[in-house]
Amino acid sequence: MAQGSRRMVSGLGRIACAIAALLLCAVAMGHAAAATKAATTKAAATTKAAATTNAAAATKALSDKDCLGCHNLKANAKLQARPVSVYVNAETFQPSVHSTLGCVSCHSDIHAFPHPDPVKPVSCAGCHPNQTSAYAASVHAIAKRGTKQRFPACLDCHGNPHGMRAKTDPKSRVYPLNLPRTCGTCHGNAELAKKYGFPDVYGLYMDSIHGFALTSDGLLVAATCASCHGAHDILSRKDPKSRTFPENVPATCGTCHAGVQVNYLAGAHGKAMIAGRANAPVCTNCHTSHQIAQVGVVNWQLKTVATCGNCHKARLQSYRDTFHGQVTELGFVATARCWSCHGSHEVLKASDPKSKVAPANLPATCGKCHQGVTASFVSYEPHPNPHDRRQNPALYYAALFMNLLLLGVFFFFGLHTALWLARSLTVGSRGKDNGVSGEQ
Amino acid sequence: MNSNDSDRYYFRFSLGQRYLHGLVMVTFLGLAATGMTLRFSERGWARWLAETTGGFTAVLSLHKFCAVLLSAGFLYHIGDIFFRAIIKKDRGLFFGPNSMTPQPKDAEDLFKMLRWFLWMGPQPEFDHFAYWEKFDYWAVFWGMAIIGATGYMMWFGPFFARFVPGYLLNIALLIHGEEALLAVWFIFIVHFFNSHLRPEKFPLDPVIFTGRVSNEEYQHERPLDYSRLSESGTLEMLRSDPPPRWLKNFSRLIAVVAVGIGFFLLALTWIAFWSG
Repeated sequence: MAQGSRRMVSGLGRIACAIAALLLCAVAMGHAAAATKAATTKAAATTKAAATTNAAAATKALSDKDCLGCHNLKANAKLQARPVSVYVNAETFQPSVHSTLGCVSCHSDIHAFPHPDPVKPVSCAGCHPNQTSAYAASVHAIAKRGTKQRFPACLDCHGNPHGMRAKTDPKSRVYPLNLPRTCGTCHGNAELAKKYGFPDVYGLYMDSIHGFALTSDGLLVAATCASCHGAHDILSRKDPKSRTFPENVPATCGTCHAGVQVNYLAGAHGKAMIAGRANAPVCTNCHTSHQIAQVGVVNWQLKTVATCGNCHKARLQSYRDTFHGQVTELGFVATARCWSCHGSHEVLKASDPKSKVAPANLPATCGKCHQGVTASFVSYEPHPNPHDRRQNPALYYAALFMNLLLLGVFFFFGLHTALWLARSLTVGSRGKDNGVSGEQ
Repeated sequence: MNSNDSDRYYFRFSLGQRYLHGLVMVTFLGLAATGMTLRFSERGWARWLAETTGGFTAVLSLHKFCAVLLSAGFLYHIGDIFFRAIIKKDRGLFFGPNSMTPQPKDAEDLFKMLRWFLWMGPQPEFDHFAYWEKFDYWAVFWGMAIIGATGYMMWFGPFFARFVPGYLLNIALLIHGEEALLAVWFIFIVHFFNSHLRPEKFPLDPVIFTGRVSNEEYQHERPLDYSRLSESGTLEMLRSDPPPRWLKNFSRLIAVVAVGIGFFLLALTWIAFWSG
């Protein structure tokens, strides 16, 4: 009887072992097949259940508790001695986005204690295949492949995997209000930027209207790095598929600035861009990419006149010869600048009847500042070129006359003055008087 | 020449003429400083000057303020000429030794002066106004008329454009600026030298500030004027006390300040002009 019962007990034990083994197999298979978080969660739950029900079992089915038994001990000298920290803080892990998963969901090569050392690096691809493949094609991953240097991978942006938060969680490193600082870890480090040749733009962004809206007002709608560059799929701006490739910029900015995008595309610059004209300006040519200032800022308004002049060189030169240009050059915005007359996003050629500088619209355009504007007044040339006889013959000849007048006067009186000075200075040595009479 | 001669002084300029010169001098410096700031607006000093003055609006207001004062002086002078010509029937105003009108003697004097420069003959004997003084006068006269007219055209642009085409405003700015540069450089080089800085006068001729010229100097510099006035007895009517010390010191101060500002502006505009 006793033997029979022993047999029975051992039989039960065998069954229990078989169940545990089956469960483990199921768990392992679950891991292999786990493409979605839900599946993994289910599997993890199963693991936990299995671990609990089989606590007494001879095979070690690991629970989080088991892992944390070692890994939550900061003072564990053996753990501390390792080159890479293997410390897991249970308190930060608990509220993290991955806390519903068990340790072995990610560390899937660990089945028992003691576990192999070293363990395999965790792959995020198992649960996040789209993000991982997007990353693999991104400029970050490409840069990584090109060199043996350490380039940002998942954890560099998302932070400690055991304390990782959802991107909607204000404590997440990729929460919109925190993202610039995260990217700035590298893109705000001038030394690193110089060493590896990537842009050091964090400071520029933080001083921009976008950065200001984000940091000063905490606006979640303010554009952050990812709004323009994307997150995992960041491409070089030279890549035609990139959100920041020049021809894609209007659409990227238009995600938020939809009205401006419509005006821009209807304007001369937008049309040129659509026509594929090289150097057709997009948003960033005038507004810059990271340093984007509020358009009311005086310094920006003054600087942007020169920006228009990057392409419209002769027009800028002739503008500078006018009162408008002189005041602007002096550093004041009290007069007309390029867009005061031409408009900004909706800028159109003068030949277009809808243009602000079309002849029929000039009285209204000049009239924005000047009171009592007449049709005669608008024959004023805001871009005069005194060297161009055909544009304005009167101006050409006036300039010629003035030049000759100045030349003539200064030539004659320069000579007169120089001769007089020389003669007066030599009076003492050669003349007997004070210059009333010279040599007879 | 007895010992008393050196203490004798005669009035060369009336108080009105001295005040007029003072007004022209002060407003001219003001107009030059504010105007050249705008003309060479791309220079660092221009921006600094504009900032320091209190911004562009302040610069332009000062420019217009000086312009109005100078215009008033100009109109006063025109009025004075009409008054002297019509009411006082001053026949010597438009022709003769006391007139500002250029005359054959001026051409002769210029020719003789050039010969003197080259050690080819004696210095000519001058009358009440030497030819370079007449040139100074007409340069300023023409300058005020041209710069003033173009300035008011731009100030009231839309108003003037009712009568003339708007593109004349382009020409107005061109002439305003070029003529101003001519005036500024002419005054700060030629006038300063001819009237004050040439070795015979250095460092300044205070006559325009004190109004008085010494007997010796008068006789020496304008012998024709001197002898004619002596013979007609008019000279004694112009007899004055020696310039008081405060006036002499005041003249020096004014001259140093004016020449200083002038040279400073000359240097700034000269460098700005030639460095493009």
